[in-house]
Amino acid sequence: MKLTLNWLKDYLDTSASLDEIAKTLTSIGLEVEEIVDRAEIYAPFKVVEVVEAVQHPNADRLRVCQVKREDGSLIQVVCGAPNARAGMKAVYAPEGSYIPGSDITLKKTKIRDVESNGMLVSLREMNLGEDHDGIIDVDLNTPIGTGLADLYGLNDPMIDVALTPNRPDCTGIYGIARDLAAAGLGTLKPHDTTPIPSKFETPIKVQFGFTPETQNACPLFLGRLIKGVKNGPSPSWLQHRLKAVGQKSISTLVDITNYFSLGLGRPLHVFDAAEIKGNITVRLSRDGETLDALNEKTYTLNDHMTVVCDDTGVIGLGGVMGGVSTGCCDDTVDVYIECAYFDPYRTARTGRDTQIISDARYRFERGIDPAFTLAAMEMATRMVLDLCGGEAGSVVTCGAVPPCNPQFEYTPQHAKKLLGVEIPHATQKKILEDLGFKIESKNDVWVVTVPSWRPDILGAVDLIEEIIRIYGYDKLAVTSLVKHDVITQPAESMARTRTRRIRTSLAAMGLQECVTWSFLDRATAQKFAANDIDENLTLRNPISVELDTMRPSILPNLITAALRNADRGFAHTALFEVGPIFHGLNPDQQPLCAASLRSGEITPPHWAQSSRMCDAFDAKADAFAILESCGVPANSLQVSRGAPSWYHPGRSGVITQGKNILGFFGELHPALVEEMKSSQTLVGCEVFLENVPEGKKKTSTALPLLKLAAFQPITRDFAFVTPDSTMVDEMIKTIRLVDRDVITDVNIFDIYTGKGVEEGMKSVALRVTLQPREKSFTDGDIENVSQKIIAEVNKRTGAALR
Amino acid sequence: MSTQSLKQELTALILNAKDLASLDEARVAALGKKGRITDLMKSLGTMDAESRKTFGAEVNILKDDIATLIAQQEDALKRQEMDARLSRETIDISLPPRNVKKGSIHPISQTMEELITIFADMGFTVAEGPDIEDDFHNFTALNFPEGHPAREMHDTFYFPSGHLLRTHTSTVQVRTMMTQKPPIRIICMGRTYRSDYDMTHTPMFHQMEGLVIDDHTTMSHLKACLMDFVRSFFNIADLNVRFRPSFFPFTEPSAEMDIGCSRKNGELKLGVGDDWLEILGCGMVHPNVLKNCGIDPDQYQGFAFGMGIERIAMLKYGIPDLRTFFESDTRWLSHYGFDPLNRPNRAIKIS
Repeated sequence: MKLTLNWLKDYLDTSASLDEIAKTLTSIGLEVEEIVDRAEIYAPFKVVEVVEAVQHPNADRLRVCQVKREDGSLIQVVCGAPNARAGMKAVYAPEGSYIPGSDITLKKTKIRDVESNGMLVSLREMNLGEDHDGIIDVDLNTPIGTGLADLYGLNDPMIDVALTPNRPDCTGIYGIARDLAAAGLGTLKPHDTTPIPSKFETPIKVQFGFTPETQNACPLFLGRLIKGVKNGPSPSWLQHRLKAVGQKSISTLVDITNYFSLGLGRPLHVFDAAEIKGNITVRLSRDGETLDALNEKTYTLNDHMTVVCDDTGVIGLGGVMGGVSTGCCDDTVDVYIECAYFDPYRTARTGRDTQIISDARYRFERGIDPAFTLAAMEMATRMVLDLCGGEAGSVVTCGAVPPCNPQFEYTPQHAKKLLGVEIPHATQKKILEDLGFKIESKNDVWVVTVPSWRPDILGAVDLIEEIIRIYGYDKLAVTSLVKHDVITQPAESMARTRTRRIRTSLAAMGLQECVTWSFLDRATAQKFAANDIDENLTLRNPISVELDTMRPSILPNLITAALRNADRGFAHTALFEVGPIFHGLNPDQQPLCAASLRSGEITPPHWAQSSRMCDAFDAKADAFAILESCGVPANSLQVSRGAPSWYHPGRSGVITQGKNILGFFGELHPALVEEMKSSQTLVGCEVFLENVPEGKKKTSTALPLLKLAAFQPITRDFAFVTPDSTMVDEMIKTIRLVDRDVITDVNIFDIYTGKGVEEGMKSVALRVTLQPREKSFTDGDIENVSQKIIAEVNKRTGAALR
Repeated sequence: MSTQSLKQELTALILNAKDLASLDEARVAALGKKGRITDLMKSLGTMDAESRKTFGAEVNILKDDIATLIAQQEDALKRQEMDARLSRETIDISLPPRNVKKGSIHPISQTMEELITIFADMGFTVAEGPDIEDDFHNFTALNFPEGHPAREMHDTFYFPSGHLLRTHTSTVQVRTMMTQKPPIRIICMGRTYRSDYDMTHTPMFHQMEGLVIDDHTTMSHLKACLMDFVRSFFNIADLNVRFRPSFFPFTEPSAEMDIGCSRKNGELKLGVGDDWLEILGCGMVHPNVLKNCGIDPDQYQGFAFGMGIERIAMLKYGIPDLRTFFESDTRWLSHYGFDPLNRPNRAIKIS
């Protein structure tokens, strides 16, 4: 919402400075976003007289001018404008000044060997229009030294306010003036609403075509014919005002409607009465009706828009935009003014459906003052008569002002309870009354009547906001919160604490945490989903088709991220993310998942280490690290084949605990990686955190007592020969079960295939740690356990001691 | 042979031993089973009592002297050997050590942990809720009237079923109020979504919100709580703040909080200067919201606030571009990411 200082002062009698006004606006909730003081920009440019203009000695098109300034001094300027001539008055830009239209700062210069100081400027160079055919030709009566800002009415600072959607009253400068007056910055000037006597009866009548249910679409419509007007360019003061707030000047009649809209928050419409066929009907549109609107576009209407019609059909979209067939133009002689009230919600809906953005829609959809209709009509009539002449007909009224002055009770003590500061009742009363509220006190209870321009005020808390925003948020007390209890419980859920531990643990292992979109394209998403993705998980209005489906897995996003990095020349990545994945729309179908993705080298070539590329076991380590961060002991987990289709079938696994699937790990399917335009080996894991049990809640903080064995452990090595297909994990588990008490660790230290081992077989070398408990082992004890291990492994897996 | 000349002979033998092996030979020659001093000891038995006494004393002294000398020589030889070994064992210490790859934590996660640290200290707990929501939790319960321009300003992503992606984390406030009885003191944080993508907007971003509901919390508490928060978060004890009236459908009165800053020469500095920077929105929870969530507005009141996590992270850590948070550029992650050992902690520094 833009306004100028002078326009504001038309409504507000104030001696406050621009700075005071700006500060107050922000402090009462009308946040000033920008102030443009054009007087400052245009200060260097003043009117001069061209005393002499002679042909440049070295250029046909240039003239050497002597210009006379305010102090009588003459200065030489070389000018190329065809209209530069002796005796004219022009606008001079001195050297050192900044030319806004060309974005240059003037320097003293020589043009074809002739000295030139500053320049005579065109409208375009001053950013005041398109005219660049010649320099500004100033009226000869203008005194030398007159500033350009004065000449064009630009010495009026523009203030841009960020208006919140609850303040329709401030969509007009008058409402802003009212707020400033309430804040103590001056006095609000009353409107002159003296009725204009009618010279004849307006022949164009108005009728409604609503049902009782839809009548609220337009409860009141006023029309008035003014005959014999002279339209055309509006007076310069009006043009300057409108241009200063970014509104194009069109013609006097249209400018008047814009002046009312911007100045008073009261949209009007003007029809060329000669183009209205018959009388006017206001009704809801019918499906398929069309309107050629003033913005030169044609709209096809649905069945719930408010339309203004004549005998030919729709001539305007109520509260949004008029039609081109009845628009006013320079030769309009009879004008028909519309001043109506349109329902905010219906206007908003029509605006959305048609995508029309207009000053009228902006105001009607927020809710203009329904009571300011007849008075506005009289004021508009006066302005038309003043600027365009003519004579006014009677006001045609259809409908009535809808109820707009609700009353409710308010106890002034309520302010203290909600705000924590005491505001004297008299102060509260004054603030409300200055804003237009009427108060009747009955003991401690006030009955408050809301002014018609404040549809946003619906209850006591709204009044309290009015009071405190004018009283000043800076007067609120500063009262720190007191904790209700000693804090004995964690602030966050176990699930959240786990995500912290996962992050810390993976980052400590060298992975980098990413945050990627929750959505991706449907085709890629489908490749990472076990079942067909629910149609309901594809957005109706995605930002692009690349981001239209909720992710069933984090992996595709991490893969894309790794590939992007590879394209930048960084092919060795280790990425992870902890975030939601989506299986459905319900809250319990949006679980947390932790995923990692590695590409390229794990160990780069190094003088002390051999280089190594990532493989499925790096992904397995990541998955196990995630699970251990969640408090799941690695030895409680089982690993089996059967990971989903996006993994390499031979180099991937499923991690389970009992029947519970906790995650997948492995190399990504090479065909899939190729489809994603990469030839790298990618490995990754996914852990489904909602499947990971939280573990029993401990009642005590104490750990189980540490029992240290009194005897030294010993180790024994075994080598078994077994088919390639044997899962070594099974051997380890078998060995552990031989004697859980004594066997404390089983470690694979070599897997060998080749010479000495039959084709299709592998040799597995294991080191078993034995921990004596009661007494140290005898040779017999050790032999005994060893034989049991060999026998059990053979029985379970068929493996033979090598 | 006199003990004297034997001593000379053995001493020479010991001192001539150039390594531990020859020293051991010398020891055997002197003190071994068949050694020269052992022989003398043995010969004592053949002597008369008088000579045995005097000669015995002499031999004993000789034995001790030689043993001491052997021990000294052994030390010296070991030292020599160590010196020789050390001089052999010199490496090029300028070579790079084996790599330990360092990972990093995303600034959004770090900032969230900082926020939890600060608010947990004020007695808040963390509430959770889903990203895909329904109209009731995202709008209706929060007093957004159907068709109101405020609703349109949210640029909501919709699913065919009418479900939507939450446009703010206020949905979690609604869920909390519907399931917990006051007093309530929670924060919630997470992914939020709006259909907007340009220099300063991404279709997904993160928010943090807070909610306090009880029978006595006022707007003056709100002011202090948020002042305490921003000063903690930015580590600036005297950070200037300003509250301005604003509008949100779910709070009344509503406010926006600005923090003091300077924007001289295009450089933003917090805590100095006369400019203001908008940082968060807040207000007293609207009675309609309480009512919609089953809480009696005549009995309970309180405040709510919300802010963009990327925004405050950008301000605190000088990260210039919002969009880069989601690009997963490893160079960016290394530069703006956090050391996993540097977890936010009240005892040291929030971060």
